[in-house]
Amino acid sequence: MSKQDTGARDIRFIIRRFNPETDEAPHNKEYTVRVEPGMTVLEGLHQIKGEQDATLVWRFSCRMGVCGSCGMLVNGKPMLACNSQILHLTNSVLTIGPLPNFKILRDLVPDLMPMLKNHIAGKPHIVREDFDPALTPTDEYYQTPEELVRFLQFSYCIKCGCCMAACPTMALDLDYKGPMPLAQYHRYNADTRDGGFEERAKLAGGTGGVVRCHYAGECSNVCPKGVDPARAIQLMKRQLVAGYLGLAKQQEPCGTIGPDPNARHREGVPPPPPFTIDRK
Amino acid sequence: MADPKKYDNRLGLKGWWGGGRWGFERYAYTLHRLTGLGLITYFVMHILVTSSRAFGADAWAEWMGNVAGPIFHVGEFLVVLSFIYHACNGIRLILVEFGFVVGKAEEPIYPYKTSLNKQRPLLIVMMILAALFVVAMGYDYWMLH
Amino acid sequence: MRETRFWTWHLLAGIAILIFGGLHMIVMHLDGILGWFNPAGGSALDWANVVVRSQGFLFPVVYIILLGVTLFHGFYGLRNILLELGIGRCGRVTVNILLVGGGIVLFTIGAVAAIKAMGV
Repeated sequence: MSKQDTGARDIRFIIRRFNPETDEAPHNKEYTVRVEPGMTVLEGLHQIKGEQDATLVWRFSCRMGVCGSCGMLVNGKPMLACNSQILHLTNSVLTIGPLPNFKILRDLVPDLMPMLKNHIAGKPHIVREDFDPALTPTDEYYQTPEELVRFLQFSYCIKCGCCMAACPTMALDLDYKGPMPLAQYHRYNADTRDGGFEERAKLAGGTGGVVRCHYAGECSNVCPKGVDPARAIQLMKRQLVAGYLGLAKQQEPCGTIGPDPNARHREGVPPPPPFTIDRK
Repeated sequence: MADPKKYDNRLGLKGWWGGGRWGFERYAYTLHRLTGLGLITYFVMHILVTSSRAFGADAWAEWMGNVAGPIFHVGEFLVVLSFIYHACNGIRLILVEFGFVVGKAEEPIYPYKTSLNKQRPLLIVMMILAALFVVAMGYDYWMLH
Repeated sequence: MRETRFWTWHLLAGIAILIFGGLHMIVMHLDGILGWFNPAGGSALDWANVVVRSQGFLFPVVYIILLGVTLFHGFYGLRNILLELGIGRCGRVTVNILLVGGGIVLFTIGAVAAIKAMGV
């Protein structure tokens, strides 16, 4: 009989707790929850908070694997609490802790800011020398569907931090940027609309960059969205090495189509709202 | 307002070992590191010991005598095993890290297939190759000497 | 980008070791089965075989190349492991100095021995 067909049962939740105001170090606390088939880890946590312990703290938002808020270490593996059914994971005991390799703010809430700072440093947006895409947002780009596929997979990242928690290099190396920011550097490098490779290469090719990845592959194993950060990092290594050895193909960012000179405003259609940012 | 107290939750050396529920590539990574550390330790001794040949037959015989005990004999075979694993896994890593066998980016469709699936046949071939070298060199080492 | 340069050469050195180190391992550890470059027969470590290999031009050159690439590959790998321990800036500088210094000393010892052994 498979695990999910066994009906409702009592599951022992062992949860890592940490209160910065009273605790020196995290400790475990146990709860017993009546679990129905189909119930997620997130729902289990809600039940504990609602019925047993209102002080339990974690981060969540969308409840459907889109926002990336509820990444946590469940039975020794980083995963999204909203995406994981309890009876698929265990028939008796469920251990839940905050994502490792981040500082703990409280209970199951990790401090994701170091990861996000590295992400922001890599300019996670289209970088152009010829114009500022933020200020001319109406121009369309010449980009083929094949060119889109080169980065689409990496653009599904929801910044949940599961890959960072699984990475062995992150376990000790304070300088390593980690799989999430590096995969996002490649997401924009692989985008034919972008011209920011040189800027990101300085970060990705330096100390704490791609050379600290040794393809243990755990980031791709645990990614709840199939982003495959390990692939992105290896592909970026290839670009960096090709650049160093002078083997890289020089390619300008793709052009823009610009406004259609034949476009006419249709009568009866209200004008668009004004731009929310200044256009130079 | 002062920053709230945070607890550093880095896994430390324990995080390098992984183990338990991790993937096969994680073990390959750990073993690659261990064999690498073993090989570089041996290599330093190897340079110093084999340099004795520059001083003639007597010096060579004396140094070979110093490293002829059963511990050294088993240790040398461990070095052979380490070299074979490190070399075969290293071929895979060179191909992977130069981006050759990880496949192109593709639309993720659940259940997700990743670059790990793409390179795994190479990993299996390399481990079979390593096993063949272990048998050949083991036979030569233990049976013919 | 400095790390990219070192890392690229780390991998290229690995390819060189595969070729030269692989040959070295075949000569030394398949001597019973293949007997390559062991004209006196018996073990590859017998002095008669060592002398033959030491005196030609090919082997000393290969030894010195192998010595250089292996020291670079090995010490760069060791540096990777040590730096990933999170040892801070001071620790990083110390590791770099020790490994570069140690590598130069070991290369000098091995290379001088290979050249000197050509005359034994």
